[in-house]
Amino acid sequence: MNDYRYDNQTVQGFILSAIFWGVVGILVGLLISIQLWAPAANFAPYFTYGRLRVVHTNGLAFGLGAGVIFGLLLYVVMRLSGRPLVFPRLARFQLWYFNLVIAAAALSLFAGWDQSNEYAELEWPLDVAVVVLWVIFAVNVFATIIKRKEPQLYVSLWYTIATVVAIAVLYIVNNLAIPAGLGKSYHLFAGLNSANVEWWYGHNAVGFLFTTPFLAMFFYFMPKALGIPLYSHRLSILAFWSLIFGYLWTGAHHLVYTPIPDWLQTLGIVFTLFLIAPSWGSVINGYYTVGSDWSKMRTNYLAKFFVLAITFYGLQTVQGPTQALRVVSQLIHGTDWVPGHVHMGTMGWVTLTATASIYYVIPRIYGTTIYSEKVANIHFWLVLVGQLLFSVTMWITGIQQGAMWKATNPDGTLKYTFVESLVKNYPYWHTRTLAGLIFTAGMLFFVYNVLMTIRKGRALQASAPAPRASSPAPA
Amino acid sequence: MAGAIYRKPITLAVMATVTILVGSVVTMAYPMLRADMHPKLATLKPYTALQLAGRDVYQREGCMNCHTQVVRPLPSEVARYGAYSQAGEFAYEHPFLWGSKRTGPDLAREGGLRPDAWQYDHLANPQKYVPRSNMPSYAFLKGRLLDADQVTSHLAALAVLHPELKPDPAQVKAELAGKDEADAMVAYLQQLGHAVPRRQALAADLTVENPLAHDVAAVVKGQKLFADNCAVCHGDEAKGQEGIAPSLIDDVFLEVKGDMPDAAYFAMISGGSDAKAGLGRPGLKDGGMTAFGGQLSKQDIWSIIAWLRNQKAHEAAEGDDHDAQEHR
Ligand code: HEC
Ligand code: HEC
Ligand code: HEM
Ligand code: HEM
Repeated sequence: MNDYRYDNQTVQGFILSAIFWGVVGILVGLLISIQLWAPAANFAPYFTYGRLRVVHTNGLAFGLGAGVIFGLLLYVVMRLSGRPLVFPRLARFQLWYFNLVIAAAALSLFAGWDQSNEYAELEWPLDVAVVVLWVIFAVNVFATIIKRKEPQLYVSLWYTIATVVAIAVLYIVNNLAIPAGLGKSYHLFAGLNSANVEWWYGHNAVGFLFTTPFLAMFFYFMPKALGIPLYSHRLSILAFWSLIFGYLWTGAHHLVYTPIPDWLQTLGIVFTLFLIAPSWGSVINGYYTVGSDWSKMRTNYLAKFFVLAITFYGLQTVQGPTQALRVVSQLIHGTDWVPGHVHMGTMGWVTLTATASIYYVIPRIYGTTIYSEKVANIHFWLVLVGQLLFSVTMWITGIQQGAMWKATNPDGTLKYTFVESLVKNYPYWHTRTLAGLIFTAGMLFFVYNVLMTIRKGRALQASAPAPRASSPAPA
Repeated sequence: MAGAIYRKPITLAVMATVTILVGSVVTMAYPMLRADMHPKLATLKPYTALQLAGRDVYQREGCMNCHTQVVRPLPSEVARYGAYSQAGEFAYEHPFLWGSKRTGPDLAREGGLRPDAWQYDHLANPQKYVPRSNMPSYAFLKGRLLDADQVTSHLAALAVLHPELKPDPAQVKAELAGKDEADAMVAYLQQLGHAVPRRQALAADLTVENPLAHDVAAVVKGQKLFADNCAVCHGDEAKGQEGIAPSLIDDVFLEVKGDMPDAAYFAMISGGSDAKAGLGRPGLKDGGMTAFGGQLSKQDIWSIIAWLRNQKAHEAAEGDDHDAQEHR
């Protein structure tokens, strides 16, 4: 016995779980942003900045990011395959198991189980749990696609497939370690190799957790929500293959001027520049799609979400390659410029795409409409202002920091002590907390809107015979 | 474009995997086979049990979220931190702890930069030394005794890759007896950068005179520079702090009675404790005087010395009167 309704409830479960972990992650983000200007806000030993920053990044990458990926990509896979999941109960199990793993992961990070590799901080028992989680997801994705009713694989499915295999390879290799007790292990690779493997992973965690799955969502939900067909299939093909080819060469741009061999750094930088092309292939495809009918910006409340999301993706993928250049890296590496870059991607591109897609999915699960477009508009403007304020302040203070670190007198001595440069950050760090508050307020409007839509949908269901969600195949 | 593969998910998945693996093999796997990715300096020493325990705490507390441990070969960076990082320094790093964010200063050359007592105190209360620091207090490390069995098992895990780390449990027990996490952390911090010689002190020419001696403007400037850079260790009035740094206005210089000329001060300030070799005096066993040669210009250093001399004369004049006040 199976129909879309059961699977849709699983999808909704993932979405609500992702929202929950997202709110937790964002609140922790607010706390660490305060700790940076008020060290008294550290509560040793579990809630000091060093431990909480990792809870923030992992909570949002794996709690919000992976949760949204599981929910929305399962939805996309079903629609594009024209059938329910092949293993619906497995997906339901995955939902519970996912929440268990994320909860355990958060606790382990509070406890200081930390492998110290960025975005791969989870210790080996949790790594094993995450791999199992991913395999469960992969089983349903592949089985459902193989047994699909639609002959053609739409571009979103290619991105989904690439995400599934790439994350598996990356995650397993970079987490190879020698265990030394339950909560402790040592990276299998030493020194330079450890760094090189980690950033091969780290850059592509961004690539295959924050880019390809969100492109899959963007290219499915944007045309659907706006009722416009995708501009160019051919451009998608080019962008897809060159993106997944190019991404894996570029990890060394995080290691510019470190002791890893120069040829690796240069190779990484060259491929990084090349990445502009496929990234902008997607941007152009997005723009031209909406461009066939700009009036949607006025008539469809979701249009602006998608347009701004792809705009930030476009800005992000120009800024990123620039940062890899030696002369720019010199100035901005290690400064607050980088969190400015990061949050334009995460708050701009990732959360805008995710929230717009959720606004599309949730009402469809119940065959209804969104609770309030007005609330959605307030949400939009608040997160936009919050994000811009965050990124812009960080860019300014980042450049100032970088310049102060580099400033020397004619005789080669330094102009500023480290602490002088630190102190200059404080006004900007205060502003960043304000930006975070605005962003959080926006997200709370979003959460409210989603919950009210579900409530509305449930009321509808109770009063009417169970509506069967339609299964629109792509045009 | 051949459209067929967009109907065959398995073929597509295989092709995507191959596409992903090309760059991975060239930039991630292949380098592992090359010697230039496995260098090791002859001067690099493996971790002792205590130091490794400190490194474990460093990882656990996420210090690398604020501190990097890699000095880039840029002139300003070398001036600030010391010799740039060399490939051969990292053979025992599992994982590397270079970090990506410098909310606090780089620590690659922290070893020997500060006295032990300073490190203990600073860890427990960073704001005592740098009032506007945002580093959290790690006072709780004090009193958390180390577990020798645990550290032994950590060493044993690393010994899978580095046989020379194979622990002798009895020896580890003896080394860690009575030691707590703060001891471990300080031991770890004090060995950072040990494989590379520290900043070379300039050969001290003791006949050079202070060009700014008695220059009033220099004395004023020196006072401010001292407050910004030196007072954290030597105290606001340069009278020293017990266990941290000696008085600079008494008659003892580097633990030997009898002051030395301004040029000797210059050598100590510019070169730090490494300059002692050229001055022929023992000083404190563990050193701990920071080399300011890269940070302060010659003018600045002479200005500080001018202020110190002024301060000393002043102190001598006030003499007993001042002491009496202090003891009230
Ligand atoms: C919130 C960021 C932050 C965290 C987390 C942090 N530090 Fe710091 N640290 C700083 C800043 C800022 C400074 C510079 C001001 C000062 O000396 O307090 C500093 C200074 C230092 C110094 C002195 C460097 C020097 O010689 O001038 C040491 C040593 C140090 N930290 C070690 C640690 C260790 C060990 C940990 C983890 C247990 C840690 N820090 C965690 C921000 C941080
Ligand atoms: C991190 C703590 C620290 C700071 C900061 C520091 N010193 Fe020192 N200083 C020491 C220590 C410890 C010694 C003893 C060194 C030894 O014996 O090797 C010392 C020794 C000296 C000496 C030798 C004097 C004597 O009587 O033995 C001079 C001169 C000196 N410092 C000047 C300065 C000046 C000037 C500054 C600021 C520009 C400064 N120090 C900053 C810790 C510090
Ligand atoms: C073509 C696209 C992109 C390129 C080439 C790129 C490049 C870079 C570079 C060079 C850095 C390192 C900066 C430094 O420390 O000196 C960086 C950091 C980062 N970028 Fe991007 N970026 C791109 C797109 C994105 C996108 C879309 C996101 C989405 C969220 C993102 C998220 C991040 C994150 C999280 C970091 C911080 C890594 C860390 O130090 O922990 N980037 N990026
Ligand atoms: C209220 C909103 C948020 C606030 C206040 C906030 C705050 C912060 C702060 C203070 C840091 C540390 C910066 C530093 O090292 O100096 C950080 C890092 C980071 N945040 Fe956020 N954040 C927020 C939202 C998000 C969201 C929504 C995401 C992801 C979806 C995210 C992902 C990250 C990542 C990946 C890093 C690591 C960056 C790096 O390594 O350079 N954040 N955040």
